[in-house]
Amino acid sequence: MPNDVKTGSLAPDKKLKWVGTRPLRPDGVDKVTGRAKFGADFSLPGMLIGKVLRSPHPHARIKSIDTSKAEVLPGVKAVVTRDDFHDMESEFVPAGEMLVNYRDMVRNVMAREKVLYDGHAVAAVAATSNAVAKRALKLIEVDYEPLPHVIDVLEAMEPDAPLLHEDMITAGVEPAPDKPSNVAKVVEFAIGDVEAGFAQAEVIVERTFQTKPVHQAYIEPHACVASVSEDGQAELWCTTQGHYVVRGHCARLLGMDVSKIRVTASEIGGGFGGKTVVYLEPLALALSAKACRPVKMVMSRDEVFRASGPTSGAHMRIKVGATKDGRITAAEADLKYQAGAFQGSPVQPGAMCAFAPYDLENVKVVGYDVVTNRPKVAAYRAPGAPISEYAVECVIDELARKLGLDPIDFRLANAAKEGTRAAYGPKFGPIGLVETLQEAKAHPHYTAPLGPDQGRGVASGFWFNIGGETCAALNINEDGTAALMIGTPDIGGSRASLCMMAAEELGIDLDRIRPIIADTSSLGYTFLTGGSRVTFASGMATIDAAQDAVRQLCERAAKIWEIPSDAVEWEDGYAKPAGANAGDFEPMSLAEVAKVAGKTGGPIVGHAQINAQGAGPSFGTHIVDVEVDRETGRVTVVRYTVVQDAGKAVHPAYVEGQYQGGAVQGIGWALNEEYIYGEDGRLENPGFLDYRIPVASDVPMIDTVIVEVPNPRHPYGVRGVGETPIVPPMAAITNALADALGIRFTELPMSPPKVLEAIGEAAAGG
Amino acid sequence: MAKVHVATTINGDAVEFLCEADETLLDVLRDELHLTGSKEGCGSGDCGACSVMLDGRLVCACLVLGAELGGRAVETIENMADGEVLHPLQRKFLEHAALQCGVCTPGILVAAKALLDKNPEPSETEVRYWLAGNLCRCTGYDKIVRAVLDAAGEMRGELTHAE
Amino acid sequence: MARGVLTGNLRKFTGGETEVELEAGNVRQLFRALGERYPNLRPHLEESLAVAIDGQIYQDAWFEPIPPDAEVHLLPQIAGG
Repeated sequence: MPNDVKTGSLAPDKKLKWVGTRPLRPDGVDKVTGRAKFGADFSLPGMLIGKVLRSPHPHARIKSIDTSKAEVLPGVKAVVTRDDFHDMESEFVPAGEMLVNYRDMVRNVMAREKVLYDGHAVAAVAATSNAVAKRALKLIEVDYEPLPHVIDVLEAMEPDAPLLHEDMITAGVEPAPDKPSNVAKVVEFAIGDVEAGFAQAEVIVERTFQTKPVHQAYIEPHACVASVSEDGQAELWCTTQGHYVVRGHCARLLGMDVSKIRVTASEIGGGFGGKTVVYLEPLALALSAKACRPVKMVMSRDEVFRASGPTSGAHMRIKVGATKDGRITAAEADLKYQAGAFQGSPVQPGAMCAFAPYDLENVKVVGYDVVTNRPKVAAYRAPGAPISEYAVECVIDELARKLGLDPIDFRLANAAKEGTRAAYGPKFGPIGLVETLQEAKAHPHYTAPLGPDQGRGVASGFWFNIGGETCAALNINEDGTAALMIGTPDIGGSRASLCMMAAEELGIDLDRIRPIIADTSSLGYTFLTGGSRVTFASGMATIDAAQDAVRQLCERAAKIWEIPSDAVEWEDGYAKPAGANAGDFEPMSLAEVAKVAGKTGGPIVGHAQINAQGAGPSFGTHIVDVEVDRETGRVTVVRYTVVQDAGKAVHPAYVEGQYQGGAVQGIGWALNEEYIYGEDGRLENPGFLDYRIPVASDVPMIDTVIVEVPNPRHPYGVRGVGETPIVPPMAAITNALADALGIRFTELPMSPPKVLEAIGEAAAGG
Repeated sequence: MAKVHVATTINGDAVEFLCEADETLLDVLRDELHLTGSKEGCGSGDCGACSVMLDGRLVCACLVLGAELGGRAVETIENMADGEVLHPLQRKFLEHAALQCGVCTPGILVAAKALLDKNPEPSETEVRYWLAGNLCRCTGYDKIVRAVLDAAGEMRGELTHAE
Repeated sequence: MARGVLTGNLRKFTGGETEVELEAGNVRQLFRALGERYPNLRPHLEESLAVAIDGQIYQDAWFEPIPPDAEVHLLPQIAGG
């Protein structure tokens, strides 16, 4: 088998029955039979269909919106525009996912003074059928005053660039600029003295890089059903990574009490960060409130591309210096990230991650958050990190080759380890970068022979991972089975891993535990599925809830035996007297205690409500072989190996799945995917035909090696694993192309026309 | 505009429905017949999430008009299991963890079954090219391809056994 | 006394200082002490900062104890996709 699990030094002290095995997922049968209900699969009686009118202009002032003709069309039950949403103050408030500015959010869900990108929502209708809703959109008259637009990040930073927000003064600059610009914010991280560091360097590589915005491209478009009753009680079903976060945003945008909105998360057809924000949900609620009927809204693929996601494109300068013996002396980066129409690109985490894999004394990173006439970016798998680390890992590779060093040896000589001060400040705890580099170097892939026109590249990657607010409840049923309630939507099999941890703690069989994703009124606030936090944080909450249930089970057995509860211990699903002094009683199984729960004090329910701290960072190292077709410029990935630290792989098959899926998303980012805008500022490729994500025939099998350096802060050693795998591929492929062709590419994607052109130029240049 | 009356066969059952002239087979399946196992990922035949069999041929349901269905036979994901017995492909997808979010899974299963019906012993490359019209954004395809190859092997084994 | 280190842009609110010795038994006390010393930093403290205590990052954890002689870093909060 190509897929290995390498256990690290801290061996778990208890024997595990479920954790680390590969059982079938509890929601599996529903998903292979078509029974699972995703966002667009939900319906209610009397339901209307909602549709959005979107701007054809990249930048225009809205002089007027006349909806009167649409409103009188038979079958139209409600129309909403900017007039149906209160303006919000400009303030950054915590709302689950970092800081949110509701003044921007209300403008993103429905344009107010101006439209700021092709696809920006300007009105929405609810009608008795899809056909009527479409006809109604055509009857809405919007009088636009087109304005000059700016798409490119560097052009947006020019002094005479068209301004998206006339009042935007760059934050993070002292003294504050006296003129507005499209630069929302400047961030800076620095340690040591980079000038002194570069003075010690014997070899310096400095290059500029460019990446294009890429979309999360989940296969399921955004969808929801809203039902608001006459007394203002709202029900919302939607596909989201965080239904509690949706509830909070909608309550704020619509001026509703949080208690009045109950959100149920449907099955979610992929998110990758793109389903952490609201688009349709506030519109559907507003339409439903106006029509007093349920309203369903589903985005088309064209709308998904034009109006949701993507992540930033960027322009970057990276400079790294080293001594001849391979020690990095200084590293510097300028990162200019597009935020789209409203501020909030992931440049800050991008800046923090850029040099995180390395033990450096002198680092300076400056990041710029720049608005452009594009859809507002949303989180995308390790937001910000794949962009900056791509550029850095290309420079690291070039430096290694200039020094005549093996690129893995060069990384090992400079790798961050436990106790290393990260470039963003604090010291790392136990981390597994060195282990991933060693495993990569020892992997047969690294020394396998290459064919003609083939090249091999490696790159490493880092992501923080997070914890956060999380609830879990574990109901012990009267027959000894259990129901696990969690608040994090399951995108990649997390119900399986969470039930496995519950089974481990309770000591009962996995198939006796049924998991559900609870709605927002059934379980306490739980932050979204993101930041690679679910197996870590919902796992921690599940373990706590199970231990709470076990405490109660022991107490009940103690009551029955008439001994103190601390004289009872829990082992393999049984309450037992703790030692000979406790008394001689026949152990009671969970089912036996549960059966008499009503007689011994009432139902047994384990609860946990935590703010999970202690997330463990995850590092990975990827090896890739590419083959170049010199006649067409097509680059084919012929072999790929992912090595990553999981801390502890609870369900190794789904950990491998994260590694493989992230690598292939990265292959798409490296070779094909990009937002293409015309001179008119309109998106030219809003569909899967022209925005080409990898298909099965584009990629080989993706080998995986799971390294396990346990996270000491999790009971089973779990780290997050979902995001790190998308960080290394772009640089690994760029480095492989350099190996194959001797050409250093500095722009993504490395699509066939660009590769062909570079081959031609290299040939002409001799 | 008057709706079109259509009499057809879906998953072996005689079905009648009314549809607008511009409604697709996918709209009919999902909105009229409440068979929501077939998914709409693009509406343009690029993602394969709505793959169904029409008269024994693999098609994207979003590219077929509902009004064209008169007298024809449609098979969807809802009819893939035999009663309570999962099709080997369905079982192998679960055993191999060949799905994460699962939204592409119905289409991929229908397409994979069409392949194995035609070619019981496909190579890895044949599986990859056959499934090139079915996008999956979660798995990187590795476990999907392994599951299809494993199911094919098992199905061949069963056939040999039956002989 | 804990040693506080301010990373990134935060020194813009402290008149350029990046290191500070403070008496604080937990994160909330640290925020209060920092806010008293650097009033310009106050609006950023409780809402947008993470705290790393001897390397371990904490987000929204007011009552996390800060051991004597701990090294505490203040850095931006982190989310994810």
